[in-house]
Amino acid sequence: MLASKHRTAAHCIQQAASDKRFKILEAHIKKFQYQQDALIEVLHKAQELFGYLEDDVLRYVAWQLKLPASRVHGVATFYHFFMLKPQGAHTCVVCLGTACYVKGANRILAAVEEHTHIKAGGTTADNQLSLLTARCIGACGIAPAVVYDNTVTPRQSPESTLDQIRKWVAL
Amino acid sequence: MNFADLQQIKEREHAACKKIVLRCCMAAGCTSSDSKGVKERLEKAVAEAGLHNDVEVRGVGCMKLCCVGPLVQVDPAAALYINVTAENAPSIIDALKGGKAHVEQADPQSPFFAKQQSIVLANSGIIDPERIESYIAVDGYTALHNALTEFDPKAVIETIVGSGLRGRGGAGFPTGLKWGTVAKSSGAKKYIICNADEGDPGAFMDRSVLESDPHSILEGMAIAAYAVGADQGFIYVRAEYPLAISRLRTAIKQAKRLGLLGSGIFESPFNFNVDLRIGAGAFVCGEETALMASVEGKRGSPSPRPPFPAEKGLWDCPTLINNVETFANIAPILRNGAEWFAGIGTSRSKGTKVFALAGKIKNTGLIEVPMGTPLRTIVEEMGGGAPDGRQIKAVQTGGPSGGCIPAEHLDIPVDYESLTTLGSIMGSGGMIVMDDSTHMVDVARFFMEFCMDESCGKCIPCRAGTVQMHHLLEKILARQATARDLAKLEELCDMVKNTSLCGLGQTAPNPVVSTLRFFRHEYEELLQTDPHGPQPAANDTALATATAATAH
Repeated sequence: MLASKHRTAAHCIQQAASDKRFKILEAHIKKFQYQQDALIEVLHKAQELFGYLEDDVLRYVAWQLKLPASRVHGVATFYHFFMLKPQGAHTCVVCLGTACYVKGANRILAAVEEHTHIKAGGTTADNQLSLLTARCIGACGIAPAVVYDNTVTPRQSPESTLDQIRKWVAL
Repeated sequence: MNFADLQQIKEREHAACKKIVLRCCMAAGCTSSDSKGVKERLEKAVAEAGLHNDVEVRGVGCMKLCCVGPLVQVDPAAALYINVTAENAPSIIDALKGGKAHVEQADPQSPFFAKQQSIVLANSGIIDPERIESYIAVDGYTALHNALTEFDPKAVIETIVGSGLRGRGGAGFPTGLKWGTVAKSSGAKKYIICNADEGDPGAFMDRSVLESDPHSILEGMAIAAYAVGADQGFIYVRAEYPLAISRLRTAIKQAKRLGLLGSGIFESPFNFNVDLRIGAGAFVCGEETALMASVEGKRGSPSPRPPFPAEKGLWDCPTLINNVETFANIAPILRNGAEWFAGIGTSRSKGTKVFALAGKIKNTGLIEVPMGTPLRTIVEEMGGGAPDGRQIKAVQTGGPSGGCIPAEHLDIPVDYESLTTLGSIMGSGGMIVMDDSTHMVDVARFFMEFCMDESCGKCIPCRAGTVQMHHLLEKILARQATARDLAKLEELCDMVKNTSLCGLGQTAPNPVVSTLRFFRHEYEELLQTDPHGPQPAANDTALATATAATAH
């Protein structure tokens, strides 16, 4: 057990040395004075840097904050915002909040799923597009809203959404 | 920083104010329709016309009528331009010089605006949320100054008690009473938390307040901290609101720079700091014990109450948790007095309430009305009714914890008690209008799917119950259910409501119960009419046999 712990630590140090992003993450952790309650903040930063939370990143965070890996993994999997798989080059987030839903967001989602052959939460085989859903992005006044690569776009329809997606992937 | 400094900033702001102000909405709704491009184009047009000495183009918060954004309002002429684009924006400047604006206009005197009464949203759409000076110009931080210099903490709490303010997060607990409990709790360290985890789908009031007037929240929190004896605050805000997060960060930095947060505020011994905590997408974190777990960097699992956060909260210290809108009411109450606030609203629900009006309604956006305003006034007069000549069928309030109010009850006054009598709740303020094309069983299924996904899994009634209820609703929608399934659904609603650990589970059946109450026929129409029904599934048979065996 002790040996494996040491290996993990050694592995983490090695990684930190070879990948600049770990250095940036460490600086961020330092800013929070290695406080364990900053775990969620640190994971936000890690996801921003790496795009998703791969196992090595989670292990590194656990090691730095002196938390059990199980606790870090538990938090990372509990919250919807954290991604444990790599995302496609582009993202399309269909808001499924109540206002969007009653204005036909489910039809938008169904159309995208049908044409891209991926389900919500999935990524196309060529890694060009990830299709996601949101519980409510608070853009109810301009429903139904779809977020393309972090840009909220108002009053979408199945057609307009597919038009946008066609710019990224061949349907 | 002292009062004279504050006054000086205010005077400087007023002196610098130009003759004509073009207020350009920069809240999330309008920015998604390129209001940033509109603002830039307007600035350029002002410079080109050589009017930069007389005209200011100001980025402001939400101007409420989100459905026709981007919005631009001209002061003092009060012309309100809608659906402005970067292309037609320069013609607004032409109009200032006597030309004609080729932009649609809305009537600022229409019922949508005229029937509003603004306390929480008073500065929204008026001030620049990214400049603290703009907030100070409208008497910002004077309430904090008065509290610190003229009131003792007890008097602040008495004022809040006297105002009759109740929590705006949904449950409507009297705010003054909560403050009093935290103040009385013994503990060297106390915390203030602002719950900005607006998770209800269909609600965006808190987002708008945070984006439009972030300093009002900081001021409200600082007053609360002084009243209960806390020196550290947290704002727990959803990651889905990037603009609100960035404006809060700016606001905290500016307040610190001016010494309105930090140590020795207004040259008094009072210290107060605020940190942001960013949520990570979990609806259950709106529940206060789950929220505190999340602030501590843990999974957002709720814990049984008591002990209540007021006695044992964050890191086991007494903690005051209030919603964004509650904090936004604090400074106005201190500035205008408890009697003023208590004079607005109904006998038991005081003040105003902000609602996010959305769904199948002409005018979607934000409204703030006195408590007790009839629902009909809100949806028909202000909202303009359902579009495309359709009929309003129901209004959903309270999100996944609330219920649907059918059209025949639209005359109900909107206050905490009246909504409860109809099986709905005030909730945080989401108001989704549904027209006759909406199927109520599908709405119930939608909310149940939401609760099923968002259940944290800690207690079995909620974790397993929501799955079973969702399954039954799907079965009903697929026309495969019988009257027995419907009975089972009702039984489960009762069980989950009464045995779940936290508010999420306890209220998860509400959308089903409320649609069953008023739209039972829509469920019954979908049931199998065959009196014998389909053969029970394998599990049911096993269950029946087991029960029979036990009975003998």
